[in-house]
Amino acid sequence: MNDEAACVLFDSGHRACGGCAAAMAARLILDAAGKDTIVVSSTGCMEVFSTPYPETAWNVPWIHSLFENNSAVASGIVASLAKQGRKEKVIALGGDGATFDIGMLCLSGAFERGHDFTYICYDNEAYMNTGIQRSGATPYDASTTTSPAGSCSSGNPRPKKDLPAILAAHGAPYVATTSIAYPPDLKKKVEKAVRTPGPCYIQIHAPCCTGWGFEGEKSIAIGKLAIETGLFVLYEMENGVVTRVKKVVRKPVEEYLIEQKRFRHLFKPRRNEAEIAKIQAIADRNAEKFGIDIKLKK
Amino acid sequence: MLEIMEGSHAVAEAVGYCRPQVIAAYPITPQTHIVEALADMAANCKIDAEYITVESEFSALSACLGASAAGSRVYSATTSQGLALMFEVCFNCAGMRLPVVMSIVNRALGAPLSIWNDQQDSISLRDSGWLQLYAEDNQEATDLHYLAYRVAEDHRILLPAFVCFDGFILSHTYEPVDMLTQEQVDGFLPPFRPYQKLDAADPISFGLFASPDYYMEFRYAIDQAMNRARTVIPEAGKVFSEMFGRDYSGLVEEYRLDDADCAIVAMGSICGTVKDAIDDMRNEGKKVGLLKLRAFRPFPVNEVQKALKGVSTVAVLDKNISLGSKGAVALEVRDALYGTQIPVHDFIIALGGRDVRKKDIAAVVAHAEAGKGDTYYGLREEVLK
Repeated sequence: MNDEAACVLFDSGHRACGGCAAAMAARLILDAAGKDTIVVSSTGCMEVFSTPYPETAWNVPWIHSLFENNSAVASGIVASLAKQGRKEKVIALGGDGATFDIGMLCLSGAFERGHDFTYICYDNEAYMNTGIQRSGATPYDASTTTSPAGSCSSGNPRPKKDLPAILAAHGAPYVATTSIAYPPDLKKKVEKAVRTPGPCYIQIHAPCCTGWGFEGEKSIAIGKLAIETGLFVLYEMENGVVTRVKKVVRKPVEEYLIEQKRFRHLFKPRRNEAEIAKIQAIADRNAEKFGIDIKLKK
Repeated sequence: MLEIMEGSHAVAEAVGYCRPQVIAAYPITPQTHIVEALADMAANCKIDAEYITVESEFSALSACLGASAAGSRVYSATTSQGLALMFEVCFNCAGMRLPVVMSIVNRALGAPLSIWNDQQDSISLRDSGWLQLYAEDNQEATDLHYLAYRVAEDHRILLPAFVCFDGFILSHTYEPVDMLTQEQVDGFLPPFRPYQKLDAADPISFGLFASPDYYMEFRYAIDQAMNRARTVIPEAGKVFSEMFGRDYSGLVEEYRLDDADCAIVAMGSICGTVKDAIDDMRNEGKKVGLLKLRAFRPFPVNEVQKALKGVSTVAVLDKNISLGSKGAVALEVRDALYGTQIPVHDFIIALGGRDVRKKDIAAVVAHAEAGKGDTYYGLREEVLK
């Protein structure tokens, strides 16, 4: 993953936190997509930490307009390139707030119209740039600053929105989930998406040490646990059909939850068995739906 | 050649002659005839443009922003609620110095819902960094599009531009229009030459965030470009006049103002009615003239000062209201005349499409001369009860 070309396209010196998975994602995305790529970023952590005027970390053409319009801006760029006979690939990049919530209208419109671009969401499961507020991608029971755990709340009351399914329902030819904890998987999926004509969607699970509450050196380990517990599933959908799934020997969700401050209220001051069981049930449903369990031979 | 054309169709044809490469628009009354006509032209290969049927005005302008940054000449059209939905993108286009040209078919803003004309929509974007030109008739509405592209894309300016004309009153009215030919437009408007663009061969970053150490200088630079537009617009207008004989060399236009005691200041289609009313009043011996504002942004301060120098009374017709204050045009005119003794009387008039007749203009002048300004003209007392 420390491929020289990648480091050149998304350069060092940006202001991301140590251990930031979004920064790792940017590097891996460009490593896979290559230099003939135009990136359209939403407002958010990635945009802010990578482009404090007069500096930029991007050595590909890059544009940021607003929080919620990267898909629409990308639509215009794709149209413009087509008119000019240019061949650059277009990637719209947004956090989960920009993608799941405020940018949903533009995203839906761009996918319905079928523009040839790839939308990549770095999913760190809350509004991190503004200080860890809940989004439509925040998992059940996560404590955020707008869904705080309290005496009569166990954190975020709703499960994560199933955005890949929504975009697949738009007729997207290729939809995939991946994680920064699996760099080869991430790069392979980005390569496939940018190569596939039409609107493609990739959701990258990107643990946020600051927002989730863990030490920066654990980003990859936490990312792996999300997959290994079945709380985040790695899969590909082609023309609406799930074609590939990463199988795992599942671990109990507790091993993932206990590592993060955002779930601490489930363990302290006392274990909340009922809520932990509900989260385990979410993982169990994921496992059944996608068939991720590797059956060990006894 | 003179043709009898609907305003919207004349504007659409003019836009086509400007050779936009990407068009993104969302239908809204009374703008629809323009975008329908352009869609038809694209469907029949009469224009060589990508036409993006976006899902909202917000995306329409966002798509234009992206296409402009990628190096294409772009076009959109909207009005009222649609423009309000674009609010955020409007500031962005100007801040990123992208020369988007957009027709604003002026319409009132809700609530209450109204599809009829006033100028509240574009006036409400006065601080967004877009050039704002206002047309009196359909001839001017078409011609100002050529002018707007030339000025917006000028590397001394690089600002987006509204071409504003009154909804229904102009957009849906058939008038004789002298349409230029494609060759004539090509002679006036050179191909789009972006100052910089998104290009893998020369990667740059657009839209960075600015700390307090830098932000003010960016805003100042936009304002400086606006200042330069005070000379670049007349310069382009002069070239247009020399080529085609119609005079747009002024940010303002004067009508029988030379010896006027009372000057009416107005923008848009109402100026036609005002001119007729002035002719009547002149016949009765009243010395009334009109100062028509063609540009509202940049605001033609010097031209207003010069034109109104000798008058004893000014009556401003404002088809907008800055609620809690005055009409936006009157505020600007009063500011331009600060330090003089010329009284500026503001009349909020014709909001939400209320008709204005010649006798209303005469009544406004009578009110102004009696010193009874800064009021709404034509309120229906029985509705207020």
